[in-house]
Amino acid sequence: MTSKQQIIEVEQLALRMRKTALKMAYECGVAAHIGGGLSIIDILATLYGHAISDPGKIDKFILSKGHGVLGLYSALYEVGILTKQQISTFQTDGSYLIAHPIMDEANGIESSNGSLGQGLSMAIGIALSFKKRKLKNQVFVIVGDGECYEGSIWEAAITAAEQSLCNLTVIVDCNGYQNDGSVSNEMTNEKLAGKWAAFGWHVSKCDGHDVVDIIEALKFSTSDKPKAIIAKTIKGFGVSFMENNNDWHHNRLSEKLYNQAIQEIEKNS
Amino acid sequence: MFGQFMMDLAETCDDLMVISADLGRSSGLDRFKKQHPDKYLSVGISEQNMIGVAAGLAKEGHKVFVTSFAPFLSMRASEQIRMNLGYMELGVNLVALGSGLAMGFLGNSHYGLEDIAIMRTIPNLNIHSPADSLELRSILCDICENDRKPSYIRLTGIAGAPFVYEENYVYELEGVTALRKGSDVLIISTGSIVGQCKIAADMLSIKGLEATIISLHTIKPLSNLLLEYLRKFQNIIIVEEHSKIGGLLGAIAEVMVMQGISKRVLPINLPDAFGPTGSYEFLLDYHGLTGEKISQQIESFL
Repeated sequence: MTSKQQIIEVEQLALRMRKTALKMAYECGVAAHIGGGLSIIDILATLYGHAISDPGKIDKFILSKGHGVLGLYSALYEVGILTKQQISTFQTDGSYLIAHPIMDEANGIESSNGSLGQGLSMAIGIALSFKKRKLKNQVFVIVGDGECYEGSIWEAAITAAEQSLCNLTVIVDCNGYQNDGSVSNEMTNEKLAGKWAAFGWHVSKCDGHDVVDIIEALKFSTSDKPKAIIAKTIKGFGVSFMENNNDWHHNRLSEKLYNQAIQEIEKNS
Repeated sequence: MFGQFMMDLAETCDDLMVISADLGRSSGLDRFKKQHPDKYLSVGISEQNMIGVAAGLAKEGHKVFVTSFAPFLSMRASEQIRMNLGYMELGVNLVALGSGLAMGFLGNSHYGLEDIAIMRTIPNLNIHSPADSLELRSILCDICENDRKPSYIRLTGIAGAPFVYEENYVYELEGVTALRKGSDVLIISTGSIVGQCKIAADMLSIKGLEATIISLHTIKPLSNLLLEYLRKFQNIIIVEEHSKIGGLLGAIAEVMVMQGISKRVLPINLPDAFGPTGSYEFLLDYHGLTGEKISQQIESFL
């Protein structure tokens, strides 16, 4: 039973991560994937603050939705894996912390991503290895709803179900948008829930910004199916002028807007 | 033979994993599947997914071999190869079956016409092209025993082809093997078509022309030892069961340009086109890749 204290700690972590993400996006001085980074902050806070054991060493996390790095890097910073100096290099010339993850196991980045639809397959390989070696380690993956257009996601979904990978959890970030605009009616969170279930996954749904809800969804354990958590999220969550505004898929923050964003987040905490 | 080699490897290589995209039977892996079910995985017809799964396993320390037909590996899954093997340098070994024209009546959709060219552009990927099963065995053992880069292994020719090498063949990663020494012309080739070059060289010998034959088992990295041969001969024949664009010819031409080596070169290869379909023997003859036709082309050239 998750205590009230544990939940508050995860929410506080999410708050710090949200501010760090915005700081990184602003200080790099160039456009960043802010909307899609903010939509997964609460999910990542719950993973890194609660669900994942000894990230990278026991449990593994893969950001298949590679452009969500603002979420990942801020999580790695807040749990003490990345340093302040390192995240200050975000999107600066020659940096290894760029718009998409570059594999760096020592710094908690499990794989290189950016080309969508590929992270799940690697996660399956890792989960299979864990299963073969009779380890209890878990593998977590975040995929985007737009990313679910990629055929390779569904190839992987079939394999995961066929191999009964109950140590694999996918969280689908359903923020309703892609690069060019909203996803179609075929790809809403409800429709996606049906699709993952049809592919043989155990599906649960949650509000992707409610820590209690996310923890509840993560708790369910199966003995023979991989798990898909369909998380309804808001692109740009936490900042009024960014929420559901696809202009913030990839954009630059001015000083004025940055300050406004930080103020809003602090006010609503 | 590949299946047999995997069976042998499974005896000594504990964390071996062999993955197929529904082509286990075509890879000769039926017995392997039965004897080592824990070391075999079929992901169904999902080549792109297969590469990622292989990468995940390799990341966790397994020695991974992946099989499919050449075009499906090199093109269907080339982006996954680029990300997982090139960019992340994960130790996956791709075994491309039936490359060149070996797929016979299955037609152009199944031929490996351009795979060397495409794979060459991916950084950190070694490209091997064994001339016979003896050489294939050496390559596979070398990969398993040593910490090699990810690789693309191009299998050509059909079952029952005669051995190119003698039993005492010694494989070296950076090595260049001269199968035959002669001072009139240099023939550089790769893959099972080297066998046809041997036949061609014997025919030329009857006409008093003696050829040196170099069989390259590794196209990338291209051995520096090749340079001394390129410098020595005035007439160089480059024979490959691959498109004229970007294959062995491309690799050697790049080196010659950069080294300032200018020679008379006769490339014998496949056109930049989709040709007819037929038996392997018919296709080799059609494209001038039989021993007889190779020797005729060389004779005219000299």
